[in-house]
Amino acid sequence: MAEDLVMNVSNLVKWFPVSVGFFSTIFSRRALFVRAVDDISFDIKKGEVFGLAGESGSGKTTTGRLVLRLVEPTSGKIFFKGKDITTLSYSELKPLRRKMQIIFQDPYESLNPRMTIATIVSEPLRVLGIGNEMEIEEKVSKILEDVELAPPEEFIFRYPHELSGGQRQRVAVARAFVVSPEFIVADEPVSMLDVSIRAEILNLMLSLVEKFGASFLYITHDLALARHMCDRIAVMYLGKIMERGGTEKIVYEPLHPYTKALISAVPVPDPTTKRSEVVIKGEIPSPVSPPSGCRFHTRCPVAEEICRTKEPPLADYGDGHYAACHLIGKPRWEKYIAMKD
Amino acid sequence: MKYSTQSFDKDANHGDNNMTLLNIQDLKTYYFTLRGPVKAVDGISFKVDKGEGLGLAGESGCGKTTVALSILKILPPGGRIVGGKIAFKEDDIVNLKEDDFRKRIRWKGISIVFQGAMNALNPVYKVGDQIVEAILTHEPDVSKEEAKDRVGKLLEMVGLEPSRANNYPHEFSGGMRQRALIAMSIACNPELLIADEPGTALDVIVQAQVLKLLRSLKSKLNLAMILITHDLSIIAETCEKTAIMYAGKIAEYGDVVTIFKEPLHPYTQGLMGAFPSIRAAKTRMVSIPGLPPDLLDPPSGCRFHPRCPFVMDVCKRKEPELTNVGKEDHYVSCYLVEKA
Repeated sequence: MAEDLVMNVSNLVKWFPVSVGFFSTIFSRRALFVRAVDDISFDIKKGEVFGLAGESGSGKTTTGRLVLRLVEPTSGKIFFKGKDITTLSYSELKPLRRKMQIIFQDPYESLNPRMTIATIVSEPLRVLGIGNEMEIEEKVSKILEDVELAPPEEFIFRYPHELSGGQRQRVAVARAFVVSPEFIVADEPVSMLDVSIRAEILNLMLSLVEKFGASFLYITHDLALARHMCDRIAVMYLGKIMERGGTEKIVYEPLHPYTKALISAVPVPDPTTKRSEVVIKGEIPSPVSPPSGCRFHTRCPVAEEICRTKEPPLADYGDGHYAACHLIGKPRWEKYIAMKD
Repeated sequence: MKYSTQSFDKDANHGDNNMTLLNIQDLKTYYFTLRGPVKAVDGISFKVDKGEGLGLAGESGCGKTTVALSILKILPPGGRIVGGKIAFKEDDIVNLKEDDFRKRIRWKGISIVFQGAMNALNPVYKVGDQIVEAILTHEPDVSKEEAKDRVGKLLEMVGLEPSRANNYPHEFSGGMRQRALIAMSIACNPELLIADEPGTALDVIVQAQVLKLLRSLKSKLNLAMILITHDLSIIAETCEKTAIMYAGKIAEYGDVVTIFKEPLHPYTQGLMGAFPSIRAAKTRMVSIPGLPPDLLDPPSGCRFHPRCPFVMDVCKRKEPELTNVGKEDHYVSCYLVEKA
């Protein structure tokens, strides 16, 4: 296995059992599952920003939690720096926690309102037993400066409610980076923030990623932001990866009809360019009973018979560009993909 | 002044050469709290012509929604219009009696699609019945059967099966609820539709579907529309005019093409820089330093001055006026622009 892979995931599956009523449990023949993540594979290189994009309910967040072992996978393998962490026990996993961190979506929920900023940011150090009090204090001030909460003395004794949304998210970023991690999952880190401060949080995260040489799994539904952040993107739909590749390839030369639709649905801040209306119909189906064959066939504008029956494999189209579609190269597909978006 | 003598017959008014539908002059809406008045909307003016789309943009807490609530006179307790005029055709909305306003203007003249489609419908009533209720409240002379008929047609118009009228909101997906709300808002043939964040909380594809629906309704029914959003790209695609709000004031107002091409107010420029475009070249996004001000105690002078990169002495002392800058219908409130 290549040395520079930080995260490598193969055939990862997570099915959540659906809790049904007492009678249904007794009388129904089979248990129901939410197929949140259903056989996905990808890898993240050192220092890379990898984006996971898709609509809500596509399994992005579950994937983010799976790779950190915050939820247990149903099957599949997760390798962190070449080491299989799928079956590690809690105590075996603990030293690795220092290297893997997460930034949650909502800074209003993810910070304990009863802790001061210093306690919040120093907690990972204490839990992981890194350094003595002096060092901890030093590290906390240092990281607060790094996230531009300066001067640190002004913030360490404050509580989350005294901070604005942007400042809170900076605290969350500081908490993730204080242990100098090598891999960070950021789950929609700016979707709760005001537009005028989104950019600075994203730029801050990018510069920290660069500074620490960390790898980044960026989970988002906003392809415009993903494009600005990521080196590579994987597009998920109903628990499957539909397309994966370099950001520019995905945005400018998408292969999968779903990616194409997703990109053309992003509004463009320019009143003079009128985009064509490649808007697909309907909404994402339930992951409890996903469609047969290609999961996208119910909404796909070019679906054919084969799509209903056979599931397309994620095939290689060169340059690390993968897509799961039967119709790539066929005339109907050509016509659809060539449409201006 | 008596209003009851005026004709509410829309066709009679359509013949007017006067194209202005809504004219807001120096509107001030404050929320009175124990800590003092929150100046949510503090002297804004704009116009909406018949069939025209106006995008009201700004960050959260800049007063966008308060403008909408003021126009419909549905401000929450504590909120009051303390000054200014809102003229809808010949009616002065601010001084109109509630009873009169409900009978003649709310829903028939101006209606709203509320923010958060997920929560705007009552979960214990059927969707169809809720739309019927809206029709009967505002048009008492319509019979229940007629109203039900109309609901079927409305649902079809927004792309839902008419039979879905018998479903409860929980049986609808997010996009379908938003469509049902839109159907409800056009139930009494309004001339002006206010859409408050119609795309937020929906997935990109569903959001695109909803916006497409709004655009088609706008041209089909010749609806004037006020679109409230924080997403400038949505305005770029849907509206002809835009007003950029900041801290209860209008920073810049004018034609979308002009404003997107050359934004003059530093705040507008900042907002545009903070927005990535999926098409344009990849650039480092720039954000606006600092935070929106506390409207209990807004900054002196220009309210944007603490965050403005080009701040001058005069900005701190005196408030700039919204002035026309040469080109037709392009208004900016900034001293820098006046100078140039």
